[in-house]
Amino acid sequence: MKQLVVLSGKGGTGKTTVTASLAQLLKPVVVADCDVEAPNLHLLLSPSTDNSFMLKVSRKARIDPDLCTACGACEESCRFGAIVASDPYRVDAFRCEGCGVCGFVCPQNAVDFFETDGAEVSVGTTLYGPMVGAELAVGEEASGKVVTRVRMEAQLIAHEAGLPLIIVDGSPGTGCPVIASLSGADLTLIVTEPSLSGLHDLERILQVAEHFGIPTMVCINKCDIVPELAGRIRERCGELGIEVAAEVPFSAEVVEALRGGRPPLGNVSREIEEPLRQLAKAIEAHTAVATG
Amino acid sequence: MVISVAAGKGGTGKTLVAVNLAMSLHRAGVKTLLTDADVEEPNDHLFVNPAISSRENVTISIPRIDEDLCDRCGECSSFCAYGALATTPARVILFDELCHGCGGCTLVCPLDAISEEERVIGAIERGSSPEGMEFMQGILEIGEPKASPIIAAMKERLDPEAVNIVDCGPGTGCAAMTTVQGSDVCLMVTEPTPFGLHDLLMAVKMAEELDVPSLVVVNKDVPGDTEVKSFCAEHGLEIALSIPFSMETARLTSSGINLVDSGEEWQRFFYSLYERIAPLVSSGGA
Repeated sequence: MKQLVVLSGKGGTGKTTVTASLAQLLKPVVVADCDVEAPNLHLLLSPSTDNSFMLKVSRKARIDPDLCTACGACEESCRFGAIVASDPYRVDAFRCEGCGVCGFVCPQNAVDFFETDGAEVSVGTTLYGPMVGAELAVGEEASGKVVTRVRMEAQLIAHEAGLPLIIVDGSPGTGCPVIASLSGADLTLIVTEPSLSGLHDLERILQVAEHFGIPTMVCINKCDIVPELAGRIRERCGELGIEVAAEVPFSAEVVEALRGGRPPLGNVSREIEEPLRQLAKAIEAHTAVATG
Repeated sequence: MVISVAAGKGGTGKTLVAVNLAMSLHRAGVKTLLTDADVEEPNDHLFVNPAISSRENVTISIPRIDEDLCDRCGECSSFCAYGALATTPARVILFDELCHGCGGCTLVCPLDAISEEERVIGAIERGSSPEGMEFMQGILEIGEPKASPIIAAMKERLDPEAVNIVDCGPGTGCAAMTTVQGSDVCLMVTEPTPFGLHDLLMAVKMAEELDVPSLVVVNKDVPGDTEVKSFCAEHGLEIALSIPFSMETARLTSSGINLVDSGEEWQRFFYSLYERIAPLVSSGGA
């Protein structure tokens, strides 16, 4: 089983649109929405919900007001500024990282820990295969741990169903959730756009993929918005020896399809479909997965 | 005053709003500090072209285990809430990237075999734009997962005398929450698509949880009724600004040209957003 992770660095370049199109073209596949802080893939793939559960990934400290003597030991030891020095002391749950130091140093044993709602994980079925997704609970911060769990569920499903490919829709950025979605992947597809921000962020996300030793290919989306910048992206990828597997022009049809919650393929004209098919072929060739 | 600019969804135009709002304020003579807290992919500098005058590293304290003193009792690894330490018969192994720097292992080690050293996770740069607007940005090291300590350090460096415009990363998790917490108002930049709406909802809930009032900015807006407009109406959210979609705007922004530089009307347009926000903040809530 192979894992393709779709990333972008910059947000809004078209990760989710490209992921949905690839699911259509490479079916049957398992899709995993790992942008758990802003999951959108379900809006295009309309999965059924066959199973869902609340995943708890974090714990927070709380201080028993009856036991606290306001000695200040916890505040002194907390490195996250999460202790509010009132009488009795209390914990700022947004800053608390659940490390347990306050509980260790409290002479009154006034601190205990509770688990917070992490994310609602759902497993469902789309027209193109099984789908796993999660939506971060309000106030939950540990999105990396949620991403890891979503990928694990997707791997189990792919294994059980004997499906050869998992497509992971990642999150923007280069931090915790991106790293969690990238580790152990077979191939990274970076969806970029010809803008100064797109180019700048592409450089950084390429470095992240290289840091983790994951083979990478690039898709330039909305390639005709600023042709000169698309040229610079092509040039830069050439220098780095990275394949630009497809260039998809901007189209109001795509925007319309998205606005209507429809995946692009079947709803757009040939000049959009053709590069997406080319991209799917490049992925098949790279992962040696024969599908569809 | 601290105005954070968030979105949930990436690519809706946070940077566009933050940079143009900040520049319109500076040009109107308001003391302004623009802070780019999207430390994973900071882009404001591409539009501000700042001269960087200082750079400081942001570090967290990670354990260093003295193998001569350590008897592999396992207290440290069983205390660590992040799985950053593993005790093997031969030695204790530290996974740097998982360590949050809480100092717990140092505290619990019965043999005092653990000391701490500083590990660089990123940097904060300060400077000013060619026309003198103050600027600050954070940059996360490549391969480093934790953005929050850099954001927290930047928040300590905000200017209490200035209007602080803080450009937030996408998402609704750790980095976004750390950025938005404590701001006077949060501008939620969205777009009229189901994606924009879904993520707006998550971001608004996050701000509510943090007790920060939200105002909505609709970017790439289209005429007529949209789900975003009806959602805002239903939930009593004010749309403080609507930026119409045009290929011209998309091309300018993609090429790194600021709207406030492309016409006096844009200067007034973005300044009007500040005029909408300012009274809400001074009266203590939106």
